[in-house]
Amino acid sequence: MSLLRCRGLRKTYGGHVVLDGLDLTVDEHRVVALIGASGSGKSTLLRCVNLLEELDDGTIELDGEDISDPRVDPDRVRRRIGMVFQSYNLFPHLSVLENVTLAPVRVHGRARAEAQAQARELLDRVGLGEKADAYPDRLSGGQQQRVAIVRALANSPRLMLLDEVTSALDPELVGEVLALIRDLKADGMTMVLATHEMSFAREVADQVCFLDGGRVIETGPPERVLGEPTEPRTRQFLHRIIEAGRL
Amino acid sequence: MTLAPHLPSEAQRRRAAYRRRQTVTSVLVAAASTAALGTLLVVAVTGAPGWDRVRESFADPAIARDALPAVLTGLWLNVRLLVCCAAGALLLGLLVALLRTLRGPVFFPVRALAAGYTYTFRGLPLIIVLYVLTLGVPGLRLGGMPSVLVLGGLALVLTYGGYLAEVFRAGIESVHPSQLAAARSLGLTYRQTMRHVVLPQAVRRVAPPLLNDVVAMQKDVGLVSLAGPIDAVRAAQIATAETFNYTPYVVAGVLFVLLAIPLIAITDAVTLRAARRQGRS
Repeated sequence: MSLLRCRGLRKTYGGHVVLDGLDLTVDEHRVVALIGASGSGKSTLLRCVNLLEELDDGTIELDGEDISDPRVDPDRVRRRIGMVFQSYNLFPHLSVLENVTLAPVRVHGRARAEAQAQARELLDRVGLGEKADAYPDRLSGGQQQRVAIVRALANSPRLMLLDEVTSALDPELVGEVLALIRDLKADGMTMVLATHEMSFAREVADQVCFLDGGRVIETGPPERVLGEPTEPRTRQFLHRIIEAGRL
Repeated sequence: MTLAPHLPSEAQRRRAAYRRRQTVTSVLVAAASTAALGTLLVVAVTGAPGWDRVRESFADPAIARDALPAVLTGLWLNVRLLVCCAAGALLLGLLVALLRTLRGPVFFPVRALAAGYTYTFRGLPLIIVLYVLTLGVPGLRLGGMPSVLVLGGLALVLTYGGYLAEVFRAGIESVHPSQLAAARSLGLTYRQTMRHVVLPQAVRRVAPPLLNDVVAMQKDVGLVSLAGPIDAVRAAQIATAETFNYTPYVVAGVLFVLLAIPLIAITDAVTLRAARRQGRS
């Protein structure tokens, strides 16, 4: 059964159409990579799924529930979805451990000690156990992004949305974040990730969607969409990527 | 890890020697210019034709000693008023700032009221608020009227609450929207986001301007003496009227400065500590 089903999503800013009747279905335990040029709607799609943006049309179903219905409590929906941002967005006034335990304690009402134990275990697993008491600004970009992923994981989400999570990182730090995402896939996490890392999309994604003009132009297994694209616009895009030495 | 001892090159030794000479020269120049300016000031003031009379009427040690107890008693009132009014104004300011950030049509009247309050009380001179509350309100002859001191304190809280509300609001709005997006994505409600993510960052950022207003308030709490209670400045005024000597004012002034120093030092320390802990600075 599909975990996420988006139908006919439309989103405009001012007169500018960002999503134009976009359809996307994500089955449980699958990893979907969204590729496409800047401004093609990847980030907007993720923000709409997390109800950070109000839709202008279309429906989003999560676990069969229409979450785009305005009567649905967005806080309750977001508890089931983990989101990781390009610029990490850690809380600078809280330590790493406090960043990770904030939602489990305040949102899910878990006991502080229990939440801290779980957070330490997660941090250990991503190799950041020693950084639990450090503040985010003392960490490298790669470490901050791994903390941000752990923070989202601590809520035990059904679905993870990753918005260009390696775009702000120095090249030598990209690997550690991608390794963590690989682990998540091995654990069976359902993920939708917007990315510019074509080789990573090819390796980790079960399905690649090429977005252009606010629609999914082409979708399928990575080796087909990235290897033998049928749509001219996909070909053009991949050609530019190859020219830039990114594939 | 032990580093192998580094032997500076000939060029580096020459550069170091040059910098040492520069430092010595800088210190000497600074000392000389400070001494020159200081001497100039002392000569200009003490050499002025009226200096002896001014010294007698503004810096008479005997009169200072006599006036000190009364001025200190007055200052104690200032301190108590300041503590209560600062706490009240900070709370009111924070509340009004939070009300102004509320979204949604239900809160329109609350937002409008809060905005109207900040516009009114930032525009209204404190003295007028004081007169209305301490002289006008008791004139209503209602039962259970609080003392003039409490009413005067209320005037201060209302006036300064307006300024502090705007400082808090600036702090709240300075927190980047991506922080809100991250907090809401974790499932935190609007209130939880404000309480745990936005306000801690906002308050830390605006702590210096908030304290600035508290220091300014310290000087204004004495205005309640217009309605009767005797604060430090009023006590100095009374002493001056008895002796025809202005030294009590100088005593009160020095005490006010002494009172402000710890207040300023505390905020500087708090701000610095927060910055260090977060790895900035």
